[in-house]
Amino acid sequence: MTNGLDLEFSFNEALKSFGVPSEIAHIIWLPFPMLIVLVAAVVGVLVTVWLERKISAAAQQRIGPEYAGALGVLQPIADGLKLLVKEDVIPEKADSILFTAGPILVLVPVILSWLIVPFGQNLLISNVGVGIFLWIALSSIQPIGLLMSGYASNNKYSLLGGLRAAAQSISYEIPLALSVLAIVMMTNSLSTVDIVNQQSGAGILSWNIWRQPIGFVIFWICALAECERLPFDLPEAEEELVAGYQTEYAGMKFALFYLGSYINLILSALLVSVLYLGGWGFPIPVETITRFLNIPIDTSFIQVITATLGIVMTILKAYLLVFIAILLRWTTPRVRIDQLLDLGWKFLLPISLANLLLTAGLKLALPNFFGG
Amino acid sequence: MSIAVTTQLICFSILSLIIIVGSLGVVLLESIVYSAFLLGGVFMSVAGLYLLLNASFVAAAQVLVYVGAINVLILFAIMLVNKKEDLKPIKYLNSRKLISSTICITLLSLLLRVDLSNTWILADPKLSIGEESTIRLGEHLFSDYLLPFEVASVLLLMAMIGAIVLARRDVLSEDISTGLPVDQELIEKSDKPLLIEKK
Repeated sequence: MTNGLDLEFSFNEALKSFGVPSEIAHIIWLPFPMLIVLVAAVVGVLVTVWLERKISAAAQQRIGPEYAGALGVLQPIADGLKLLVKEDVIPEKADSILFTAGPILVLVPVILSWLIVPFGQNLLISNVGVGIFLWIALSSIQPIGLLMSGYASNNKYSLLGGLRAAAQSISYEIPLALSVLAIVMMTNSLSTVDIVNQQSGAGILSWNIWRQPIGFVIFWICALAECERLPFDLPEAEEELVAGYQTEYAGMKFALFYLGSYINLILSALLVSVLYLGGWGFPIPVETITRFLNIPIDTSFIQVITATLGIVMTILKAYLLVFIAILLRWTTPRVRIDQLLDLGWKFLLPISLANLLLTAGLKLALPNFFGG
Repeated sequence: MSIAVTTQLICFSILSLIIIVGSLGVVLLESIVYSAFLLGGVFMSVAGLYLLLNASFVAAAQVLVYVGAINVLILFAIMLVNKKEDLKPIKYLNSRKLISSTICITLLSLLLRVDLSNTWILADPKLSIGEESTIRLGEHLFSDYLLPFEVASVLLLMAMIGAIVLARRDVLSEDISTGLPVDQELIEKSDKPLLIEKK
């Protein structure tokens, strides 16, 4: 396995050659990956909003945004600017501290989870040992923010929406964690980089989707439910609850919810591609191609191309999943709250437990294919 | 002092401050909802302390279990039964407060005395296993700590069954809150209300 590009190492070496001590160089390096990922997340949201508008328009046989930029690509920026300059209203009878803290608590864990999303062997903010477990833990903070904003709005629809969101998030977290656990069992590691490397043996054939088809479906359903996307958008079901916990919010605070839900959608899509679709891997392994073309893989030119290809592949896979999520949103009806909880507790939970057991059995029986 | 040590010191002071002020807030605030939210903050800061101790898995588990499950359930319970009614005034409230605060301060001074009089043996930071601790935890849970682990799960199962028995009226022959006999057939018929009417 090649190490690939290590930008941090090269950056630190470059600074050292100017006589900067390594500790200072490390501190100067730190903000760069964070800023890049934050900007990437926000740009990803803009792209997703545009895709949502265009695809929903196509699904309903409309044209969609057209005048803001070519094909309406500037429409999401116009939306964002509108939200930015709107008046920030806090209802008179609302609890202003909790009302303000709620959206922040919803957004911050989602952004923190980007820490572990790998775009290449060394192209992630931090390869922490707890890896994917960190994401599961952080995503469990979100319901507190939803409950907080639902309570603080002092509105029955908001409170009901917040309670629904928390119930939904708790119910679907368990099958989600269990399907991740099956992957972790095959990899023998929680680290996202190890999970991708374990799938990189034979290109598209070694991706986890073939070994974990049940886990893939469970994970995708649960990820949609965690993101509150249709068919699981009960917390903000318009016909019943106005807009759920977002009812009283306006301006930038509403924008935080909006941003949080879209960043969460992209994050979930990225993690599905990391866990099940081989992450940054190309359908044909890069090593095979370079061996075929007789080029040594260590040359810097090939390294740059490999890294670029990795980023493009990760984003391509993620956006394919985002496309499916958007299509699902505009073509499926919403489930009822009792159907939602039934599906979570009586169907997905037993199935994911059985999947875990099956994976453990296969790991013992076929250690070569299931990472013994 | 190197940069890493200074950063650790700053993080530790901030986290400790949040834990102390937050826990005082949990106990002293009048509003139960604020107390519950502050409790979540305290749990998060404790997870931060675990991170400072290089125990990242324990920190993530702390966030998942205490913040994501226990605190959310506490909030859930508070919000589902959030009746707006004035509580009955408690007799001798001031003297009760005085007695409990005296006991708490005495316990605190006892702990402080133990802390200051004892010489603590610090583990060598070079021996820290860091990321490997996840594997080590699993090994212990499946060998020498297997029995406590299993007993804890049985305890949780018992608590769950107990909660279901308390919540479902058809299991007991008489209602716990009213003392009236429960009509077993009422549960089966969906067209009749579940609540017992007083005759």
